[in-house]
Amino acid sequence: SFVLNYQNSFLNNHALQSLLVLNSLPVCSPLPGVSSATPTEEMNGAGNLMDFLDEPFPDVGTYEDFHTIDWLREKSRDTDRHRKITSKSKESFWELIKSLLDAWSGWVVMLLIGLLSGTLAGVIDLAVDWMTDLKEGVCLSAFWYSHEQCCWTSNETTFDDRDKCPQWQKWAELMTGHAEGAGAYVLNYFLYVLWALLFSFLAVSLVRVFAPYACGSGIPEIKTILSGFIIRGYLGKWTLLIKTVTLVLAVSSGLSLGKEGPLVHVACCCGNLFCSLFSKYSKNEGKRREVLSAAAAAGVSVAFGAPIGGVLFSLEEVSYYFPLKTLWRSFFAALVAAFTLRSINPFGNSRLVLFYVEYHTPWYMAELVPFILLGVFGGLWGTLFIRANIAWCRRRKTTQLGKYPVLEVIAVTGITAVLAFPNPYTRRSTSELISELFNDCGALESSQLCDYINNPNMSRPVDDIPDRPAGPGVYNALWQLALALVFKIVITIFTFGMKIPSGLFIPSMAVGAIAGRIVGIAVEQMAYHHHDWIIFKNWCRPGADCVTPGLYAMVGAAACLGGVTRMTVSLVVIMFELTGGLEYIVPLMAAAVTSKWVADAFGKEGIYESHIQLNGYPYLDVRDEFTHRTLATDVMRPRRNDPPLAVLTQDTTTVEDVEALIKDTDYNGFPVVVSRESERLIGFVQRRDLTLAIKTARQKQDGVVSSSVVYFTEDAPQLPASNPQPLKLRRILNLSPFTVTDHTPMETVVDIFRKLGLRQCLVTRSGRLLGIITKKDVLRHMAQMMNQDPESIMFN
Amino acid sequence: MKSVFLLEALFLACFVLLNQVTAKNSEDIRCKCICPPYREFPGQIYKQNVSLKDCNCLHVVEPMPVEGKDVEAYCLRCECKYEERSSGTIKVTIIMYLSILGLLLLYMVYLTLLEPILKRRLFGHSQLIQNDDDVGDQQPFANAHNVLSRSHSRPNMLNKVEHAQQRWRRQVQEQRKSVFDRHVVLS
Repeated sequence: SFVLNYQNSFLNNHALQSLLVLNSLPVCSPLPGVSSATPTEEMNGAGNLMDFLDEPFPDVGTYEDFHTIDWLREKSRDTDRHRKITSKSKESFWELIKSLLDAWSGWVVMLLIGLLSGTLAGVIDLAVDWMTDLKEGVCLSAFWYSHEQCCWTSNETTFDDRDKCPQWQKWAELMTGHAEGAGAYVLNYFLYVLWALLFSFLAVSLVRVFAPYACGSGIPEIKTILSGFIIRGYLGKWTLLIKTVTLVLAVSSGLSLGKEGPLVHVACCCGNLFCSLFSKYSKNEGKRREVLSAAAAAGVSVAFGAPIGGVLFSLEEVSYYFPLKTLWRSFFAALVAAFTLRSINPFGNSRLVLFYVEYHTPWYMAELVPFILLGVFGGLWGTLFIRANIAWCRRRKTTQLGKYPVLEVIAVTGITAVLAFPNPYTRRSTSELISELFNDCGALESSQLCDYINNPNMSRPVDDIPDRPAGPGVYNALWQLALALVFKIVITIFTFGMKIPSGLFIPSMAVGAIAGRIVGIAVEQMAYHHHDWIIFKNWCRPGADCVTPGLYAMVGAAACLGGVTRMTVSLVVIMFELTGGLEYIVPLMAAAVTSKWVADAFGKEGIYESHIQLNGYPYLDVRDEFTHRTLATDVMRPRRNDPPLAVLTQDTTTVEDVEALIKDTDYNGFPVVVSRESERLIGFVQRRDLTLAIKTARQKQDGVVSSSVVYFTEDAPQLPASNPQPLKLRRILNLSPFTVTDHTPMETVVDIFRKLGLRQCLVTRSGRLLGIITKKDVLRHMAQMMNQDPESIMFN
Repeated sequence: MKSVFLLEALFLACFVLLNQVTAKNSEDIRCKCICPPYREFPGQIYKQNVSLKDCNCLHVVEPMPVEGKDVEAYCLRCECKYEERSSGTIKVTIIMYLSILGLLLLYMVYLTLLEPILKRRLFGHSQLIQNDDDVGDQQPFANAHNVLSRSHSRPNMLNKVEHAQQRWRRQVQEQRKSVFDRHVVLS
């Protein structure tokens, strides 16, 4: 995406500026005769209380579902609006106040987005915490407490069993009175699976009945929306509500998915919701997308507790046009969201995320070798996951598997729950697993993973325990972790993309953390038992604290996440904001860079770009390079054997002809030429505007009949008096359509489409119109050049 | 304008409610000290509801298992952390979430099971029999046509709510077709 004020610098180009000045696009003001039910100039439209129940009147200048917006038109409309407000502000004091309010409305929207996203994230975290524990037992004193909260004030907790207390009982103990034994185990197992199935069944039913757009991760669709695509209802109120509610259910059911991607979708829904309060954003699709970019940053910020990482994620992964003004506002929204979440305080210790670690033990140069190995693992796993997941999703899309979404969710949940319960590392929630893996083992830990053989005479402070030999608990934990690794790798492939809200960050980090911890323990034990080898001799003295397996887990998590999503800077910043340690930037960068190189060697696209390709969205990636030597004539339509271009003439077409043209073809717009003989280009008119204008004219204007002439010139053509009244449609004509000549190389054409966000571009030769190139043609051509299936591009 | 006002009122109400239930409970703060095994004494966890300034080993570890000079050595190994939570927030959040979930489930049961039965009984007696299985109109301007030709009879609130609900259900039907049946988006 574009950080640079590329838009500004390009549009400051003199030629383009003159084009925009010539562009007398009057689409801001309504057509004559259209009822003014939709005020366009007022800031807070005063309407009746029940007006939100009315169907929104389709305006000239709005877009159809599943179509691309016209970025240049949106920008010029915004400039017009701003110019009008500035000129009016000199008239009176009240107008000055209104102009100030208009300037500040952007910041108000950011504040509201931050508040609501933070609140929703806090609610989601608290509810997930409680419902995850509900699968295993219930708190008798107050049913709304999770396991940890229930035992918060109890004095029965022991060193070995930190969470034991009489108020919280497992289901078997509650129902039968026995806490131990085979019967209790089987009953607990059975009820765990039952609760998991219930949660996921509720989630998929709610999604299916109320908001089908609430399924999936959301990030591929938001990337497409931010690049200019319209998906109506994707960021609506019902989608917001259902996504929040079902996300809690989906995560609590124990499935191998995370909540970060869906939180970005939730935050963007909040952004869309608040955009509708101000007409500056609700009526301009370009400005709305600036707000949505900032909302995406707020979403990642509350998911990870990383405001800066969130802004960089929005910049790098999600946004398409990102002017500098948006950078500052995104940061504001992310900070407000993080602050709101912190004040709700879901985890009881003023931390934003469950796995915030705080150790500062140093790392050594020689450790870069295992870190790079972890990077290679991350890249390989990323490639494997992307290919397997896309193959499975394609199978779901094309075969019978896609006809049974509810059954599929239930089956996958059942398998996950049945296989996850026996292994203590998969039974608990993935966030807790990652938290334990990131943790360093001091003397105060009593988990199985920290079962090292302690020297009983040791009296060091807690942070500087030297390397110790592993006890039996550690070896036990190692093979359990290895099984968990294999399980997670396999099951996540089938989980991501199901018809419930599902994110990808936490499962990838879990896979990487498990692999990293295993490698870390291996290196640690090797350093302890073979401290006289050359590699270890220089750096690791016996009795010193050399290796921190928790750091390896962090590096592994970063590597796997980078391998799947191909994030670079944002990944490193998120990871070091998670850990609070600037000293670990170099290992994290080494792993992230290695994993990206390895993964890019097998395929250029990350998981989100692959899903965009699978769905056929019209997304023109800024990273793709077009290096072929084709010309505009090779791509333009009509081709040699196609019917000629459907055009309108400036003053000889009748209303009947226009309606026939609209009915017989499904093109999105028509060029307007002087006459069919000369074919000199006047402008371009959109299909939607034409349809609405003609329908309105037929109803509201007198004397307009089927044989009335439609004219696009300033003055009416000279007609005999017996002819019916002509219809002037100059107002909907775009007088400055983009044109290229037929010998323009496609490289330049692709660049223009990408940088200006065009939908179509006309091809001329010596001033005469030859053909048209649309965004879909460009995407199909690029796919063809890369030997992919050009027919997979579905939308325009 | 009205929607801004409604939203502000909603926020204020939530805030007031939260403030009332999140009054500082003395049970909501604690100091937790974890002491590892020392010589023959096993590891122990001590908790007390003290404030931040009293959160150290000497105040919280009671009864102290060692005496005299060993107290310092014992306390050096212990780690004390001050923690705070808001039990009122947790209670309000969970109960609110469960009630919203319950309402949605009831509405879902009504939509999927009860309404077809009721419709079959009331067939012909009301105006809102729309064909729910309408194939989504692919014409570019289906809704414009409806809007422009809509009759303005009985513009009272009940009619508006019914129309809004019908429109919403048509939208959800379209979405369901795109996502679940034709697999056009979100596959």
